[in-house]
Amino acid sequence: MAANAPKLEIKDVGKVFKTKKGETTALEKTSFTISDGEFVTILGPSGCGKSTVLRIVAGLEEATSGQVLLDGLEINGPGPDRGMVFQSYTLFPWLTVKENIVFGLKLKGLSQKERDDVAGHYLQLIGLEQFGGHYPIQLSGGMKQRVAIARALANDPKILLMDEPFGALDAQTRNIMQEVLLKAWEESKKTILFITHDVDESIFLADSVYLMTARPGRLKKKVPISLERPREFSVKGTPEFAKYKEELLYLIREESLKSV
Amino acid sequence: MVLSLHMPGSFKSLIELGDFYMGTKWFTPNKEISKTLYTTAGLVVFILFLAVWSILSYGGLVNPVFLPTPTAVLATAADLLIHGDLLSNIGISFTRVLAGFLAAAIIGIPLGILMGSLKIMEGAFEPIIGFIRYMPASAFIPLLILWIGLGEPEKMSVIFLGTFFQLTLMIMDVTKNVQNELIEVSYTLGAKKFQVYTKVILPASLPGIVDTLRITFGWAWTYLVVAEIVGASSGLGYMIMQASRFLQPDKIIVGIITIGILGLLTDMIFKGIYRASFSWMRKDGF
Ligand SMILES: Nc1ncnc2c1ncn2[C@@H]1O[C@H](COP(=O)(O)OP(=O)(O)OP(=O)(O)O)[C@@H](O)[C@H]1O
Ligand SMILES: [Mg+2]
Repeated sequence: MAANAPKLEIKDVGKVFKTKKGETTALEKTSFTISDGEFVTILGPSGCGKSTVLRIVAGLEEATSGQVLLDGLEINGPGPDRGMVFQSYTLFPWLTVKENIVFGLKLKGLSQKERDDVAGHYLQLIGLEQFGGHYPIQLSGGMKQRVAIARALANDPKILLMDEPFGALDAQTRNIMQEVLLKAWEESKKTILFITHDVDESIFLADSVYLMTARPGRLKKKVPISLERPREFSVKGTPEFAKYKEELLYLIREESLKSV
Repeated sequence: MVLSLHMPGSFKSLIELGDFYMGTKWFTPNKEISKTLYTTAGLVVFILFLAVWSILSYGGLVNPVFLPTPTAVLATAADLLIHGDLLSNIGISFTRVLAGFLAAAIIGIPLGILMGSLKIMEGAFEPIIGFIRYMPASAFIPLLILWIGLGEPEKMSVIFLGTFFQLTLMIMDVTKNVQNELIEVSYTLGAKKFQVYTKVILPASLPGIVDTLRITFGWAWTYLVVAEIVGASSGLGYMIMQASRFLQPDKIIVGIITIGILGLLTDMIFKGIYRASFSWMRKDGF
């Protein structure tokens, strides 16, 4: 594989849902690529097909047209090479935090010792060393999502797919979670595809923001974010950040006016 | 008499009593009340029930041929326990209930799980099970006697028919309610289809399964009497029928109460299993 070949390649992927009331085009033919180690956020209005793209990449939904290539190979159904974090809380409630984190490793047949090591590492990374033995019901929403991120990363996927993972959290927690995620990303060098409809979040996290049109969704524009890394919360107050925000808000407005 | 039972034994219950009469906490929907108040409420209703019975029987308001006194029932119970065959009847009835119920559970749990997770299984079995469950199990007795005679298999079959169809449909619903995202996330963590059953669907449905078993076991007890009314020569249902023939209301009541106690005990066992196994469902972890 060439060094500059894309990690993930989405080629003419479209999706039409058949429902009782006829057909819904959730996604028009869309193409884009993500390179290795890149952090891409997809920004778009509600119902534009963001989750649909992500679920197709995850293999949880079949595309009506087109192909998804991971490391040059066409994907076929879900697999452990594509980790996923959902907006809703999806920790296994009958497993402790630690058992949740090593769920995938246990399936792979790693020894207890190896699993303990990985769990210890990720518990520390997400700052929940004290909570390894807790059950999900005993955690706050933010803690649950940290564990969900750790669980996906511990499995060492080629790409991490995140569907508005902080959407259900309050603004304070959301800011902290963004920093936790950036730290985990910088440490793991993973490729991340992250969906959000929060403009600040999309800029703060991304190497590139992909803006989608209103339904039926399509890629409208790619906005590279060249803010310095590692980023801290304070970057949100800089003029550069404001400039990106202005640009994106303008593009979104243009989009909404079109659909009115 | 009833009021004197409220007499508080300690200062704490005095406060609670005040709470009960003056506060409105106990009349607020979904509001937690103290454990003592909760138990007292249950006890009061129970004692009220006994009181009505006592007034009717000791007071001579009802002919003892129809309603014996509590003491007469107790005496009969003791007599049946020591000299009679109450214990062996309990053993026989319990075996029948357990065997019929176990057969229903052993087939119904896997079938229900498959119906709740595979559309093809639901499509295949839901219509016929949904249809048969409205047929009264007792109406099958003549047919069962014709097919397999009057022995133990017939009694157990009645219990089986009375519980199997409901149990299977309830397990199906429990399985359907497993959050789909849990299944999806397990796929993205590398689970194969079979592992989705063992690692996600089964543990996620387990509390619901235990609860379903608890409820259907209760129904199994109610089908016991039906099963033992026809062509039985032993068991609690048979004992009740015999007592009716010989005008022994005390014995009937002993039989009924025994079944009630056995049902309550099995219910408590299931609740115990539930509490012990699913601490992950409680915030305090106890
Ligand atoms: N399983 C489905 N069957 C039918 N229509 C669907 C299905 N899933 C999604 N859709 C439709 O496809 C469109 C895109 O949905 P999608 O969930 O991808 O949007 P989204 O951008 O993630 O929205 P949100 O920001 O609200 O999460 C919507 O109109 C939705 O109603
Ligand atoms: Mg969505």
